[in-house]
Amino acid sequence: MSENPAALRAEALESLLIERGLLTTEAVDEIIVRYNERVGPMNGANLVARAWTDPEFKARLLSDATAVVNELGFEGGQVDKLVVVENTAEVHNVVVCTLCSCYPWAVLGLPPKWYKDPAYRSRVVREPRAVLAEFGTEVPAEKAVRVWDSSAEVRYMVLPEMPRDWALEDTDTLAGGVSRDSMIGVTVL
Amino acid sequence: MTDDLTIGLDAGLQPPMENGEVVFEAPWQSRVFAMAVSLHESGVFPWSEFQAQLIEVIASADAQPGDGEYAYFDHFAAALQELLLHKGVLENSALDARTAAFADRPHGHDH
Repeated sequence: MSENPAALRAEALESLLIERGLLTTEAVDEIIVRYNERVGPMNGANLVARAWTDPEFKARLLSDATAVVNELGFEGGQVDKLVVVENTAEVHNVVVCTLCSCYPWAVLGLPPKWYKDPAYRSRVVREPRAVLAEFGTEVPAEKAVRVWDSSAEVRYMVLPEMPRDWALEDTDTLAGGVSRDSMIGVTVL
Repeated sequence: MTDDLTIGLDAGLQPPMENGEVVFEAPWQSRVFAMAVSLHESGVFPWSEFQAQLIEVIASADAQPGDGEYAYFDHFAAALQELLLHKGVLENSALDARTAAFADRPHGHDH
């Protein structure tokens, strides 16, 4: 069985960059572990749970999410500016990156495959309600749908509405119920 | 240890790390991703430059007629290589030669 050409080229790239002192195997391994274990949607879910239980925190999160994330020391570097948009009775928000795959790594980890797909990137702007319906999300006609286009400069995360039948428990329990897709805005809780 | 990085979750009442969606489909994809982050972190390029290159590669790929499976990490790897070529820290000839050398290894080579 011949080796995958992309895999071979990636391996060649890594070996050349190591030889030239630009990379180390350990640094690459560490980043893989970091994104595997410590950067992920649990960070965003914790912000959501805190916002639901602490109005002051919620106000800060909505006015300057970048500062909140920096204070909490979340890893996942590429968030230059994070904006959190709130779902309400009047508005449903959904996030996309039409140009490539910009995504708030620090709070949601790495994007799922469909987020990077050309179909999602183009269609959610043109026909957001149809795309949301495919995720099983029916937004009532009287509710507005807002689509936010993430870029290298500004990345968006949705603050979902807390379901009415959830009790205001401790934030860990609440965070456990907050799904990644609800923070992208393609689903509701 | 698993070869795939799984990060994520589906909708529903699941702890966020529990039902991981495969973000990387092969180990080389996670290594290319980590290489880009590492080079950025050590100051070889600002992330915005990589982003701009990625947007360019994806735009030209989006303009081609689709042939089925969307190969995001092929674009990601191409963007990284292009950027390093522009920066003069890598030459295509060296990369081609190293790739060819690896391709010629005897089968079963353990790397």
